[in-house]
Amino acid sequence: MSASLPLAVSLPLLGALATTLAPRRARTLGLIAALASSAVVAWLVVAVWTQGALRVDLGGWSAPLGIGLEAGGANTLLLAMTALVALAISVHAGDYFRDRIQLGHFWPLWLLLWAALNALLLAADLFNIYVGLELLGLAGAALAALGGSRAALSASLRYLLVGLLGSMTYLLGVALIYTAYGQLDLGLLATQLTAGAAEATALALLTLGLAFKAALFPLHFWLPPTHANAPAPVSAALSALVGKVAAWLILLLWLGPFATVTAPAGATLLGLLGACGVVWGSWRALRAERLKLLAAHSTVAQIGYLFIFVPLLQGLAPGSERTTLIGALLLMALTHGFAKAAFFLAAGQVQQHAGHDRISDLGGTAQRLPATTFTLGLAGVALIGLPPSGSFIGKWLLLEAAIAQGQWWWIAPLLAGTLLAAAYVFRVLARAFNLEPTPQRFVNQGRAELPGLVLAVIAVVGLGLAAGGLWGLLEAVEVER
Amino acid sequence: MSSALDTLLPMLIVCSSLVPGAVIFLVREDSHLLRTTLNMAGALTKLVLVGVMIWGVYHEHDYESRINLAPGLDLVFAADALSVLFVTLSTVLWLVTTIYAIGYLERTPNRSRFFGFFSLCVSATVGIALAGNLLTFVICYEILTLATYPLVAHRGTPEATRGARIYLYYTLSGGALLLLGAVWLQTLAGPLDFVQGGILGALPTALHGQFQVIFVLLLAGLGVKAALVPLHGWLPQSMVAPAPVSALLHAVAVVKAGAFGIVRVVYDVYGVGLSASLGLLGLLGLLASITIVYGSLRALVQDGLKARLAYSTVSQVSYIALGTSIFGPIATVGGLVHLVHQGIMKITLFFCAGNYAETLGVHRVSQMDGVGRRMPWTTLAFSAGALGMIGIPPLAGFVSKWYLGLGAIDGGAGWVLVVLAASGLLNAAYFLPILYRAWFRAPPEQWPQEHISRRRLETRAALLWPPLVTAALCVLAGLLAAAPFSPLEWAELIARREYDR
Repeated sequence: MSASLPLAVSLPLLGALATTLAPRRARTLGLIAALASSAVVAWLVVAVWTQGALRVDLGGWSAPLGIGLEAGGANTLLLAMTALVALAISVHAGDYFRDRIQLGHFWPLWLLLWAALNALLLAADLFNIYVGLELLGLAGAALAALGGSRAALSASLRYLLVGLLGSMTYLLGVALIYTAYGQLDLGLLATQLTAGAAEATALALLTLGLAFKAALFPLHFWLPPTHANAPAPVSAALSALVGKVAAWLILLLWLGPFATVTAPAGATLLGLLGACGVVWGSWRALRAERLKLLAAHSTVAQIGYLFIFVPLLQGLAPGSERTTLIGALLLMALTHGFAKAAFFLAAGQVQQHAGHDRISDLGGTAQRLPATTFTLGLAGVALIGLPPSGSFIGKWLLLEAAIAQGQWWWIAPLLAGTLLAAAYVFRVLARAFNLEPTPQRFVNQGRAELPGLVLAVIAVVGLGLAAGGLWGLLEAVEVER
Repeated sequence: MSSALDTLLPMLIVCSSLVPGAVIFLVREDSHLLRTTLNMAGALTKLVLVGVMIWGVYHEHDYESRINLAPGLDLVFAADALSVLFVTLSTVLWLVTTIYAIGYLERTPNRSRFFGFFSLCVSATVGIALAGNLLTFVICYEILTLATYPLVAHRGTPEATRGARIYLYYTLSGGALLLLGAVWLQTLAGPLDFVQGGILGALPTALHGQFQVIFVLLLAGLGVKAALVPLHGWLPQSMVAPAPVSALLHAVAVVKAGAFGIVRVVYDVYGVGLSASLGLLGLLGLLASITIVYGSLRALVQDGLKARLAYSTVSQVSYIALGTSIFGPIATVGGLVHLVHQGIMKITLFFCAGNYAETLGVHRVSQMDGVGRRMPWTTLAFSAGALGMIGIPPLAGFVSKWYLGLGAIDGGAGWVLVVLAASGLLNAAYFLPILYRAWFRAPPEQWPQEHISRRRLETRAALLWPPLVTAALCVLAGLLAAAPFSPLEWAELIARREYDR
């Protein structure tokens, strides 16, 4: 059972290697690697579900010496989301890239990115996270440049530099901790860390470094151009997975090992930045003229929501209330992940058909692609947080916690974000109703349209109505990891 | 009856339109037969299931489907007398409207999309009717917004998109307030299961101030759909929708969802006693009265037939809120029975308006001279609906107004009689001229746009039968008001269970 942990990281890595060695068969090999990696994750989820949290120390060296991988409740869920989204992106990408050279570049980089994501989610110590971050940044920047346009190149170069700056800052934080404690294992640190100036500085540096990667307001400046200019499957991966994982790592540090170091003021600051991100990102999305730019700005907003949970969780003692709220946070992250990937895949489909993605001229295309428009609509429902999507339940619980704890001021950004999101989503959907002729069928290009549609249905119906099981997994396993 | 059926039945009733709806999206545009089969199969299955439920609830059987969504949050569909009243109304009128819509949309594009969302819309309405707690209600209420938006925008003209956008602005803003109110109330009172007599009465009086604020929030959210003045602005705009949609919107789905929500909140969350002692009923009654008079006044000056009917809806739906706002069982009966009566009368009127437009191109009241000679059956149905709205005995509307008036006297709210009288006069003032034109004026040389020529029937059969059936219901609901299982009897059953606890 515990073999599934290293396999979850090494299978995509092997796939990357194979697709590099045999670029002519990249698509077949890549799909095989994607299927195998997803199967391993499915195995891992079942294992955690039945046996509780898993931990593997590579080579038999236990912490603080060895490298550990850990699968608890929360990161298993994120791992599962990553696998499903990545599988959908893999299927979609096979049809998206027509160019052989692009395809040859895409698969190794994409599988490398997937391996980095899994490594980050499973990492059990601060240094492993650093390695994962570097890998993630390099693969991500190279993928973002695949579009090949001048704008895409300059955006991805900026992304690379910001990523490096972020990981350097993070590494500085790691060094501080290592100097003071002589080890970096998250589980051990949780028992040893005490409140102090060095620890607080270290946490600030770690958070700052990760905040660059997560595009937390006001460090989100690099995100919209990068995501808007990358090829659609890449944007889907960057928006749905990369940002989410970086944000999750911040939350993990704040709620887990560094919980004793955090102060209410710091948590409120994070929440405030999140709230600013929600309002600012939604506002910019509303003003965006292009569909993919809209989606990119909305990613800034969706990341923001996750940080509003921090001030509400910070003072909460372990117990059912805390588990409920952490579940709500995860539910929101998962829903947004699925929905944002679906949204980008659909946007790419629209762009390929229309030859552009200017929102004001989308009318005919939207009417000609019913399944794609439907995907945009369903994903939009999840992004707004309307029922029955998972983010609605997440938002309900978040509002409940804010009111119950007397921190009612968080209501304002939540409602403002909801209404702004509704405005920008329906600005797009309104174009789907016009007098253009319509096709006879609902789905016209299965391989390109169905992956997005499936992801959107998971976000709206699956996570909305079957979310109860999520808490089942969280309660079965120790929550924090 | 087995217990498995008890836990499944409410869910099955919701799914009986949800599943065909989801499948219809995938149906090829030109497969009319398959689509019609799915539609009718769903509608008839639902009718049978609801029949079982009526029988069960009458014999005090408990039906409840419950799914856990998150800790402390359950999706509950349950049946009580009130939900059965609304579910029956939606199911019967959905069947009729589906037939009408099949006839109305013949040879137009995007029918799979239309009927898909149409079924979703009915599923959401039925979900609202069967919602067993406030969370479920909010979920279905928002899904209803989402499902009706594509129906309002269906035609794809610039006016349709504009109307749909305005509709969305109002309903989503209202939805946000409703959500806030519901969450806030849940933090104070725990899971808000609908219980007859309310659940807030048992809580400490220190919370009463917050209850009042929350009620205003909830009322703002529900008032948008119920078209309470000043939140009614979307309703006249959304009549750009195709006639079957307007019919459904005005009679069953959207405005009724708002009114039904107000009834639920007052009776089954706050409890009518607590609502009265907190002064909330006074607020509701005031808003309802203003809306009744204002809607009628605006209807008076509209020349567009659908616009006049739309303002008439604004006015008539508030009778339900008015009945709810008067403390006393008789007024409650009046409000509840009007939930049904307004539905069947208004759907008749909209079907007829659609027939005039579709057959002759008549859209305005001023074009209706002599239309009764060209389309006697449609005009007969229209007359039944219009006279019922005015409150002429023995039609359905008379029964509602009679109980409202009696209830007002019984509840010591004499001023309501003034509102009722004024509204009755205004109703007559804007409906009777239409009837006069239609029956007694000479028809013009040529109709504006005669799409369907007169053969054996005055218009297509699928357009003619639905208004005749609903018009017959208006007459029967009035004539047989005292018969068992009539809407009135059922409303009295609900009122008895609310007040005689």
